[in-house]
Formats: sequence, C-alpha cells, structure tokens
Amino acid sequence: MKFAVIVFPGSNCDIDMYHAIKDELGEEVEYVWHDATSLDGFDAILLPGGFSYGDYLRTGAIARFSNVMQEVVKAAEAGKPVLGVCNGFQILLEAGLLPGAMRRNESLKFICKNVELRVENNETMFSGSYKQGETIQIPVAHGEGNYYCDEETLTRLKENKQIVFTYTNNPNGSLADIAGIMNEQGNVLGMMPHPERAVDELLGGGDGVKLFQSIVKQWRDSHVVKA
Amino acid sequence: MYKVKVFVTLRESVLDPQGTAVVHSLHSLNYQAVSDVRIGKYMELTVEKSDRDVEEVVKEVCEKILANTVIEDYRYEIEECVAQ
Repeated sequence: MKFAVIVFPGSNCDIDMYHAIKDELGEEVEYVWHDATSLDGFDAILLPGGFSYGDYLRTGAIARFSNVMQEVVKAAEAGKPVLGVCNGFQILLEAGLLPGAMRRNESLKFICKNVELRVENNETMFSGSYKQGETIQIPVAHGEGNYYCDEETLTRLKENKQIVFTYTNNPNGSLADIAGIMNEQGNVLGMMPHPERAVDELLGGGDGVKLFQSIVKQWRDSHVVKA
Repeated sequence: MYKVKVFVTLRESVLDPQGTAVVHSLHSLNYQAVSDVRIGKYMELTVEKSDRDVEEVVKEVCEKILANTVIEDYRYEIEECVAQ
C-alpha cells in the first residue's frame, strides 16, 4: 500500500507521519509537495500537522487553495482514505471535505500533552483495529482545536456515527468532546490528536499504531485478492 | 480604484474566548460598564476597476476566503477613489 504525505510550507509533522508509515508499518510512503498536480498511484493521503502558510488568516485557510488540494478532493471523491491530523484536520474543514470549523482553544492556551480518547466508532477504515469504546492515549499539540458546528450538523454527525474519537477529559472546549470526525462516506477522517506521535512505546506510547494498521488492513481486505 | 474595508467577526451564536478573556481583564480594571467584547479582523483591500461589479467581487472573496462563514460573519464598506 502506498501513502502520500502532503507537505505544505510550514508543515512540521510530515517527518513523523513518514516515519510512522515507513518504519512502524513497513509500507510505501512518499512526500508530496503542495504544488503537485497529481496524486496518481497513491492509495491513501495523509495531511500532517504544522502551521501551513503560518496559519495566516485562519488555520488551513490558505493551504486549501494550493494545487494539491484539488487532487486531495478528487482522491476523497474516489473513496481513497484521506487522514488529516491537527493542521491537516483544519485544512480538511476549510476545504469543506469535513463539516464544521475550529475556534481558539477555550483556555486561549496552546495545549501540548497526552490526552485520553475514546473510540466512539470502530466500524471505520481508520479505527477497525480498536475495540468499540476503548480508551487510548494520544498526544495533542494545538492552539485552535476547539471544534464547532451548528446543531443540525452535530445531529447528523451523531446519527451517521461520524464522530470517531472523543476526549474523555475535554482539553480545548470542543463541541460534544469531539476529537475526530469523518465524512458521511467514511473515507475522510480529521482529528486534532497526533496518532503519528504515538507509534513507539519507547517514545512514550504506541496507541496510534492501530489507526494506521486499520487503514492498511481495510485496504488489503478490499484490494488484495487472496490466493 | 476602490478602497474596501472588510470586517470579519465571529457569529453571535459562537462563543468568542478571546473576547471573554478581554472582558474579564476590563472588569478587573474596574470597567464594569463594558459588558461584552467581540474580537474580529479588519482588512483593507484595494480593488482595481474591472468589467465586474466591485461589490460582487468583494462578496465573492469574503465568502471564498476572507471569512469562514461556518463561524464568522462579515460586512464591508466600499469607497471609490478618484485619481489625484
């Protein structure tokens, strides 16, 4: 399985993302610069964290107009897995691939710590290797992770089980403790916590590995013909 | 040429944590009369005359990028500049 890690000017979790795929999963992965005009040949797209375009105007607001985002939209429409973490999540929101928007953290502070998440839906291509209701430790590092959407959208997110991860102890004021949501089709996931920073017990925890394993397993099950 | 002022603020229904923090500071400075602060953005655009209606262009850029209409409202003032 071949992953693309999209690199914007100001991305800073791209190397962690690359490491998670290559060294922890042993899958193929390549960096793709923001002005690329094709994502042909990639099976999954990863939008890493960071401060793309210096977070000018709003987080993710400028990045969504870069060339590669048109290709990301196409990949999403084609049903390929698209994962946006932190700034990647913010970009997916600005691009309209996921509903809602981010506000400044309630405390106005940049929060950088391990948090506990609950797996709200394990019947997705991103969470299939977790148990339903399982709690996991994943770090967050953001100043604007306070998720917001209107009531109608929240109802829809709940009805369609699009809320994949919630905080057990809400650090930022997010509506309904939301840490990660997916689109209706279930192939685009955005989350503020960083699974790619939790792929090695030696470095503080490995609870993020299963997320990437879920993507690979789902892809193998549907693409690789069993002999 | 037009000078355009664009004001972007969080929607009434969206809590503004920055504004709330500023109100608390004002209260601690004994400005009890200030009951609410909403923090927003102010942008100045220079728009050249074209065959398109300037207001139409301004609305479009506000909707597309200057404001995120999920959480923000915008308003604008357009002023025509006469060449000196």
